[in-house]
Amino acid sequence: MNEVVLIGGMFIVTFGVRYLLWGTAGRFSFPPWMSDALGFVPAAVLTAIIVPSVVMPDGQNIAFNNTNPYLLAAICAVAISLWRNNLMLTIVTGMALFMALKWWLL
Amino acid sequence: MLPNSNPTASAHNAPHLPANRAEIGKALSEGAKATLPLIVGAIPFGILFGTLAGPSGLSLWATLAMSSIVFAGSAQFIALGLLASGAGISVVIATTFVVNLRHLLYSAALVEQVRHLPQRWRASMAFFLTDETFAAVSSRLLQGRDDPQQQAVAHWYYLGSALAMYGNWQLCTWLGVALGEAFPDMTGWGLDFAMSVTFIGMVTPYLRSKARTDEGGKSHWNSPMLICVISAGLMALATWHLPHKLGLIAAAVTGIALGYSTHLLQQQRLKRHPETATPRENADE
Repeated sequence: MNEVVLIGGMFIVTFGVRYLLWGTAGRFSFPPWMSDALGFVPAAVLTAIIVPSVVMPDGQNIAFNNTNPYLLAAICAVAISLWRNNLMLTIVTGMALFMALKWWLL
Repeated sequence: MLPNSNPTASAHNAPHLPANRAEIGKALSEGAKATLPLIVGAIPFGILFGTLAGPSGLSLWATLAMSSIVFAGSAQFIALGLLASGAGISVVIATTFVVNLRHLLYSAALVEQVRHLPQRWRASMAFFLTDETFAAVSSRLLQGRDDPQQQAVAHWYYLGSALAMYGNWQLCTWLGVALGEAFPDMTGWGLDFAMSVTFIGMVTPYLRSKARTDEGGKSHWNSPMLICVISAGLMALATWHLPHKLGLIAAAVTGIALGYSTHLLQQQRLKRHPETATPRENADE
């Protein structure tokens, strides 16, 4: 396991993606179809991370049921976020609800 | 990418006033303050990274280096998961690249706001670009683009957000390493939910289209984005068994493809039958 290569490689791809447009600012721009398509990247990637982490919290089995605190708290967090669109409110109440469900209620 | 035909054409080339020390300090602290809710979400997430890194096979120096040099929360977690499952370095790096592609969009949204800055500023700001800092600063930077006074300190505002996020991430990583050694069972406490709930708070606003004031300020469902999120979520579950977190990439690509296709269909329908346009579909534009 060569950790120097691992960290170096992760740094290059991460910084490269972040710096590409700003470093060349003014010389490149995306064709419109590509910026339209890129508009879906954050929502798609973040959802692909969230859904398995709340529907299968043990990483093995799908727990689509009402005793899974991850799933219940996540559904409530989506509702709170749609209702108020206040990030702090979503994070704090979502986390509090999750902890209550995990340690006392379920 | 296409070469831009007119590189100097910037709609927002307001004259840049020099900022004095008090204004810089104010911008730094306001940027940090705007990022506070996201920092709250990142604390458990950073601590958990520190506690999980050792058991996943990362040495102490590599754990600290990943947080301080790579500085990419979700990619760091995915890297841990991959390493724990025995994936090779090239797989980890390739996955990091795909997961971080979203930063391309963030930087594209702010390119007009950084174009006038010297290269060292743009490089530093790029190093610190995260979901959280983008979420915290983008609205302020875009709103302040026609106000020369705000423009003059916009990069300091960004830096305030970035440094708060960065400092917190380093502290939490160290704290996590220490706590992980003191309480080996900490990984079962459920701190991992902090990442999910933070990301939920960042994704759901995409599902609603910006309301236009002439429609009474009501927002509408953004159907291409809904299709994108639902298909990415279902695909992530359907492909979970694939090795090396390939399911994550399959799910993201599916979501982007279906979301973008829906967007194109909507455009076509609007072009053919403009009279059938509902406010909902107009609002996507």
